Amino acid sequence: MNIVVCVKQVPDTEIRIQVQNGRVVEEEIKQFVVNPYDEFAIEEALRIKERFGEGKVTLITIGPERAREALLTGLAMGADEAIHINDPALEGSDAFTTARVLAAAVKKLPYDLILCGKQAVDQDNAQVGIALAELLDLPHVSVVTKLEIAEDKKTARAEREVEGGKEVIETTLPAVITAQKGLNEPRYPSFKGIRMARQKPYTVWTLADLGLKPEEVAPQREVVVVNPPPERKAGKIIQGDPETAVRELVRLLREEAKVI
Amino acid sequence: MAKHFLVVTEQSEGTLRKVSLEMLGEARRLASDGKVEAVLLGSGVERLVEQLAWHGADKVYVADDPALQLYTAEAYTAVLADLIKKVQPDVVFIGATTNGKDLAPRLATRLGVGLASDCTGFSVDGDGRLLITRPIYAGRAIETIKLKSRPQMATLRPNVFPPLEPDTSRKAEVEKIPVNVGQIRAKVVGFLKKEGEEIELTEADIIVSGGRGLGGPDGFNVLRELAKVLGAAIGASRAAVDAGWIDHSHQVGQTGKTVNPKLYIACGISGAAQHLAGMRTSKVIVAINKDPEAPIFKVADYGIVGDLYQIVPILTKELQEALKG
Repeated sequence: MNIVVCVKQVPDTEIRIQVQNGRVVEEEIKQFVVNPYDEFAIEEALRIKERFGEGKVTLITIGPERAREALLTGLAMGADEAIHINDPALEGSDAFTTARVLAAAVKKLPYDLILCGKQAVDQDNAQVGIALAELLDLPHVSVVTKLEIAEDKKTARAEREVEGGKEVIETTLPAVITAQKGLNEPRYPSFKGIRMARQKPYTVWTLADLGLKPEEVAPQREVVVVNPPPERKAGKIIQGDPETAVRELVRLLREEAKVI
Repeated sequence: MAKHFLVVTEQSEGTLRKVSLEMLGEARRLASDGKVEAVLLGSGVERLVEQLAWHGADKVYVADDPALQLYTAEAYTAVLADLIKKVQPDVVFIGATTNGKDLAPRLATRLGVGLASDCTGFSVDGDGRLLITRPIYAGRAIETIKLKSRPQMATLRPNVFPPLEPDTSRKAEVEKIPVNVGQIRAKVVGFLKKEGEEIELTEADIIVSGGRGLGGPDGFNVLRELAKVLGAAIGASRAAVDAGWIDHSHQVGQTGKTVNPKLYIACGISGAAQHLAGMRTSKVIVAINKDPEAPIFKVADYGIVGDLYQIVPILTKELQEALKG
């Protein structure tokens, strides 16, 4: 079974995002990681390959030179090869652009299943995997927490996290699945894996290699301004023994905040 | 232009999701004297038209068909793409619920347009384009964007926009629309209902949330008692979820849900940046924590420093008394 996993390199989730003069100060972002949801997607692909004992896991990313690190992490986890789409014309791209570029690239690859993270934790759009499915005319299942591929590899059964419970979906394959936390526990790369990663096939493509012109995939959104979130001020620490403090809290919630 | 709005409403088992009315309220506010239309999809849902009219819809398109009883991306995309191509609205609103977030990218892609996800604010600029505000980096920054394509499509975060006061004298024109669902390859075959907890986090007015300070899974039972009295949903920090004390569907924060309740009660939660990201827009935050230095107190409106196992049961009792009268 050939599995394509879409990966994005994102700023480390623990770092501070600086906003100045109406934009995010990207130069200040120095630590990057594999998007956490994409790690679940990579892990799931590796488990499926291990279960069937055949097939290939191909990682694909769009990003500048530094995005190589994200692909190497995935290769060190055990993926077989990596495609890196690196083109200066793609700087500042949005979900609309990304999905179209990925679709053009995936069309050049053999695939039976496409796995993505449910969203990237930088732009928080949660669009690309689903848009990719539509562009490739494939079914999709999003926010998946459990995935079972049928023995004949023609269908899959997935559980997705919805309001009030889990929905069970059966889909034909190939399909696009977007991973939610809870799908699995991603493995850490082994020392051997890290050593091997650099030996694995690594292909770099530009837009021209995909037969695309920048204007064909131009972003549909224009950023007007970026602001820091509104400050929240620290409030009152309510003093006193537990009974007194709680009574005061209840009074404040009713009379001052008026929320109960 | 932003004079003709189409609101894609969402219902589940014959009940409208709150965000449907919130979207109508926002569309009405933005459209001023323009047209606000809604579309209702499902099976046997026509009786919901009245509520949509009361909350601001001038016209309701109804796609009523057994094939639409349960949401599937493929069927809903097919029906809505046909409708949008026909009526050509300036703006399409969809709720940023699980299914709305599943539907919107597919529909936008079929229409060949851009999409703004999980939006929290709108205004209209001089050219009639929407200025759309949305959090990025899990709320660590807020961007304002414009979309170039038409219709301008956006998903709206639940619990952010106020619905209109219902006006029961308002009527809406109703038009039944054709339902051609096409081929459905990803089908719903079952539903595993979560026991006990009925209130959805992202729609909840009040959330009682627990973290590492609970010390174990049983701590959530203490919080559930409080939640019951308040009619609140149960939230959790990543630490509590990663420790296996509670299911991920309760997680609030960067790799969980973003919530926006009127009241958020954080119990034994230290307040890591990634947790604050998911709840900092709550209207009122209460923190109960042993550690007076915990960062949660820096964002809390009211804090009590102390042992939650002592404080929370008293709070439950006091609220029970207070809310009785």
